[in-house]
Amino acid sequence: MQTFFQTLTTGLSDGSIYGSLALALVLIYKATEVINFAQGEMAMFTTYIAWALMGHGSTFEWWAFFATLGIAFVGGAALQQTVIRPLERASVLTAVMATIALLVILNGLAAWIWSPQLQFFPSPFPTKPWVIGGVHISKQDVGTFGVVMACVIVLWLFFRFTKLGLAMRAGALNPNAARLLGVRTSWLLALGWGFAAALGAVSGMMVAPTVFLTPNMMQAVLIYSFAAAVLGGLESPVGAIVGGLSLGVLLNMLGEYVHPVTTELRLPVALAILLVVLLIKPAGLFGRVVVRRV
Amino acid sequence: MRRLRNPVAFGVLVLAVVLAPFLFSNYRTYQLGFVGLYLVALLGLDILTGFTGQISLGHGAFMGIGAYTTTILVVDHGVRDLWTIPLGGVVAGVIGLAFGIPATRFAGPYLALATFAIPLAFIGILKRFPHFTGGTNGKNLPQLHPELGWHTNPSIWFYVVCWFVALVMLPLAFFIVRGRFGRALRSVRDSEIAATANGVSTAGVKTAAFGISAFYCGVAGSLYAIGTTYVNPDTFPIDLSILLLVGIVLGGAGSLYGMLFGALFVEFIRLTWGPALLNLFSKAHHIDTHAPGSGLVVYGVVLLLVLYLAPAGAAGLVRGLSGRPAFLRRKEDPSLSDPGLV
Repeated sequence: MQTFFQTLTTGLSDGSIYGSLALALVLIYKATEVINFAQGEMAMFTTYIAWALMGHGSTFEWWAFFATLGIAFVGGAALQQTVIRPLERASVLTAVMATIALLVILNGLAAWIWSPQLQFFPSPFPTKPWVIGGVHISKQDVGTFGVVMACVIVLWLFFRFTKLGLAMRAGALNPNAARLLGVRTSWLLALGWGFAAALGAVSGMMVAPTVFLTPNMMQAVLIYSFAAAVLGGLESPVGAIVGGLSLGVLLNMLGEYVHPVTTELRLPVALAILLVVLLIKPAGLFGRVVVRRV
Repeated sequence: MRRLRNPVAFGVLVLAVVLAPFLFSNYRTYQLGFVGLYLVALLGLDILTGFTGQISLGHGAFMGIGAYTTTILVVDHGVRDLWTIPLGGVVAGVIGLAFGIPATRFAGPYLALATFAIPLAFIGILKRFPHFTGGTNGKNLPQLHPELGWHTNPSIWFYVVCWFVALVMLPLAFFIVRGRFGRALRSVRDSEIAATANGVSTAGVKTAAFGISAFYCGVAGSLYAIGTTYVNPDTFPIDLSILLLVGIVLGGAGSLYGMLFGALFVEFIRLTWGPALLNLFSKAHHIDTHAPGSGLVVYGVVLLLVLYLAPAGAAGLVRGLSGRPAFLRRKEDPSLSDPGLV
């Protein structure tokens, strides 16, 4: 029983990371209809910036955390305006290819600037765990979960209660009508990229203390979060979070109780889950079945 | 006249392939053998990406499946190396079909995200079953067994094998993309809704295209293993899959002969052109050209430049040279090919 709860808490903590990046994917997709393949690498790159700001990762500084969020926001918006916007009128294939180019460039640049070696990234939370009934609950896991949930709530409040949030939702729902009504959709897209980049930076900085900082650290996390987004139904923000949490718990449970599933098989299992969800329930847990007009 | 163009172009290519070993050194010929196998991989990926409009970020792993099929059959079961080439293709093709059935339910770019997982999952599986795959250490193959009196020169024999396969697979690709099935592929790319309305099973067509492209990449992977005589999990990283995609865009997605340019790029950017470009650049900026990651930055920048300056790739440039200049032609209306607005 103790092991069970232990696995559960670790799973929830992993899952909150997957959920937050899944949310960033869903957010960009809802706002722009383009999948941003560079999402994970943007998160990785901004985490490196935070690491550099923190004096190469000696101690965690909250000012550096927030400065990184700002840099990520501006950087994401700037990338959209400079790299993606000129391809606005091109085909979706071209736009997606451009995000793949960004993925490659950011990954290469990070290795180039900061070397591909593993780096230690400090955690803002103490390493000493709480012990409740024999279950070690790491303060780091709880803190990660809290930070991610806080971000989600702030974003939800933004989309639900501000005029800008309303404009963004309108722009995503029907870009042409929104443009006719005076919404500047191009800037909103930049804003969407900015938010997604900042959210990515949060997940990067939260995951880095456990997986260590490397240029490839987000590749696997991106896949888990995509699987989480699919599990949750791809277009539903709530689904992304719930999908992330359940995937985190499921993977940790399988790793703990099913012996053939070793750490090497974690990713193949996530891929298998993704494919099974697609076969059985393509709309995911929270997605609507989209009926398209022909 | 138009009818004649393909056979004539093919004849010219065959002639060039026959002459090349007499013109270049042994090492260059060996490298050109790799160009042949990359051509096979790119043809397959082009059928999926260029003709059907589905992006895959995982086809390097299908090359890996072909390579491991060859390695395991040759090393552990003593199968003649040449026979494993079609087998590598078949194994990769079957796995590709099995993956394609659920994955092609994705609309648009989601397929690419799902395929992004394949190379990472593939590496995980290789490491999990070391008694079968050799684990992290990988496996050594014996040198390719030369035939027909070429035993003095294994690199020329490798070249001959690769280009023999490539010159079989190229007409096969032409055969695939023309006619009814080819039109179905293009209709899925241009408008899934219109394709469905005309009775094309979009999921079926996408799955078939995925299987075919995996088969091509499997064949290329078998040749790769034979050429390098060594495979390990790091031989087929995600970078390779991305590089293949860059090759498609650079050659000109949707053009089969364009893949020749793509294949030349894929083979030579890594060792020859990439460092040369960096050298040119570093003279002014004092950049370490052997820095890790610098190669990736070069691919990425090249890809972006191609997307902006020559979206139809090298094939588009060639077409532009033979026809009217681009600014005189009517611009294509992007809304026609955007299913989102229909």
